[in-house]
Amino acid sequence: MSAEEMLLDPPNTADDGSEALATGGHARSVHPPSAPGVAPGGSDEVPPVRTIVLDRPPSPVAPPVRERNPLRAPSASTAGPERLRLSEVSISYAGKPAVKSVSLSIHQGEVLALIGPSGCGKTTLLRTLNRLTELTPSAARAGQILLDGEDIHGLPDTSLRSRVAMVFQQPNPFPMSIFDNVAFALREQSRKRPRRRELEPLVIDALSRAGLYEEVRDDLDHPALRLSGGQQQRLCIARAIAPRPEVLLMDEPCSALDPVSTRVIEQLIGELRRELAVVIVTHNLAQAQRVADKVAFLYLGDLVEYGPTAEVFDEPRAQHTREYVRGVFG
Amino acid sequence: MSAPIPYLQGAPQPSSERGRRSSPWTWRWSDRLVLLLAWSAGIGLCLVSAAIVLYMGYRGIEYLRPGLLFTRPAISTSQSHSGGILDPLIGTAILTVIGIALAFPLAVCSAIWIAEYGRPAWLARVVESSIEIVAGTPDVVLALFGLSIFQLGLLAPLSFRAEGGGVYGRSFIACGMVLSLIAVPPLFTATRDGLQAVPAHMREAAFALGKTRITTIRRVLLPSVRSNIATGLTLGISRIIGDTAIVLLLLGETLHIEAQGSFPGLNILRGTGSTLTTYVYDNSPAGEGAAPQKAYAAAFVLLLFVLGLNLLVDRIGRSHGRRMGLSVPGGAV
Repeated sequence: MSAEEMLLDPPNTADDGSEALATGGHARSVHPPSAPGVAPGGSDEVPPVRTIVLDRPPSPVAPPVRERNPLRAPSASTAGPERLRLSEVSISYAGKPAVKSVSLSIHQGEVLALIGPSGCGKTTLLRTLNRLTELTPSAARAGQILLDGEDIHGLPDTSLRSRVAMVFQQPNPFPMSIFDNVAFALREQSRKRPRRRELEPLVIDALSRAGLYEEVRDDLDHPALRLSGGQQQRLCIARAIAPRPEVLLMDEPCSALDPVSTRVIEQLIGELRRELAVVIVTHNLAQAQRVADKVAFLYLGDLVEYGPTAEVFDEPRAQHTREYVRGVFG
Repeated sequence: MSAPIPYLQGAPQPSSERGRRSSPWTWRWSDRLVLLLAWSAGIGLCLVSAAIVLYMGYRGIEYLRPGLLFTRPAISTSQSHSGGILDPLIGTAILTVIGIALAFPLAVCSAIWIAEYGRPAWLARVVESSIEIVAGTPDVVLALFGLSIFQLGLLAPLSFRAEGGGVYGRSFIACGMVLSLIAVPPLFTATRDGLQAVPAHMREAAFALGKTRITTIRRVLLPSVRSNIATGLTLGISRIIGDTAIVLLLLGETLHIEAQGSFPGLNILRGTGSTLTTYVYDNSPAGEGAAPQKAYAAAFVLLLFVLGLNLLVDRIGRSHGRRMGLSVPGGAV
């Protein structure tokens, strides 16, 4: 029995096939009894479902539960050109795989949510997209990531990171004024204040796009650390989108915020996706349903399921996705 | 008060006298003893420092005249003719400038290297322990070592040749260079600790904006540890101002600033002089004892210098913290 299997099975199960079926039966019993044997998805073209348990076919899938989730806003697909393409990306820390052979494409105008239980490699995958994983000396990467057709490893990391911006879990403004926080992102490497008058329109533009300008217009020179948590996070978004990036990476941007600030940021994500591609890591499934156009479900480093939000949440093809979105584990 | 519930009587009573906000008189005797010791240690230290400041103030102000600060000292056996402390004041200022000008880049750069790069690890360990060794070396040992170095023929331009042809090895430059060594450790430690206390997400935020490591250091990290650097700077300056042994051995101990050579500016640096500390020493009853009253006055000026410096840095640290929106607990020092 492989280590993966050990991790997948509940601790009390034995390592034979009947137990795996029992797990499936358990999941089925959560939902109303249904006719077995219906093909997953139901369409002609079914993308492959990744097998989690090695050398074993995917468990039979219950028929889709056709209920619309009231949480989700009507999805107006605004998919634009492809920005990022990941092919067979694997990442390991000190030889231990964290992300295994993930292929995805990320389009402008779309919000892609990466979901999955803790430690499944979501954040690692996200941080690889702007090569922040390189800061960890033990990290190694295989596979190819293309930004507009260019391999990101051919780009200097500084220019890559201004094209693929990132917002972190904890609001992390610099201990400077609000203006300087945004201006810092706009300034050339080390130049100090290339004339404030020149930068001011750009700073104001970034703050308005982040929905913060009206609140801070008179306090641009006040310290950023005096803002509330939600405002700080929007300042971080303003800072990230100031150089007009093509992709915005968000690592659980609302997990440190209260519900009101969370709603403001979610609305902001909905507006921002018009001009850029957004990849968001979230533990909050309701949030993924609210903001995402597409969802990728990762489990122990594997990309288990990837598709439009409605499909992943309502008609998940893989056993693990269904269990996860139903809250059986995670 | 209601009667105790019978079935609870055997159970341990919720302690009423300890744990809650209780008076120390109800504490166990060992706790009371420790509290007493802690209090008396704190108050004792306050009394000692108050005694120093008040006594030096009392004696200093008694003999301190404004003219004292602006007249040059003179050699005389009577106090009324021995002049002021202008030369020692200038000497202290020159040495502070030289010492800090050398120590500051050295200490801050090595702190940055240790905190932000620190590779290879063995070299980082060697650097840190070297600085610890310098910090632990008695200053008179440093002074002796410095004297033997600066008396090398090769380093004659840093001081001057005495009449016999030997290198004198004592000058403002020589003294300032050795003094910079004693200012490095506090400055290094304060800067390194400040940098290590900057949370990692601050660096990540800068990297994620496409900034290079050096930009991150210059524009984000160094500004946010400015108050730490200021603290280290005060400690370094205080050590330079207060040092006596190195000055005694390496500045030549002339009462006046004696220039050497003819190049303006440089001739002073190559020359000899005195500082407030050596002036105090020489004029105190322990030294030549010629002018004990002036020693008190000079000592008071010295004390004011250091206290003023501490206050100034404290203010800088606080106002910087306020501007940045950081919470400033007790000030910098």
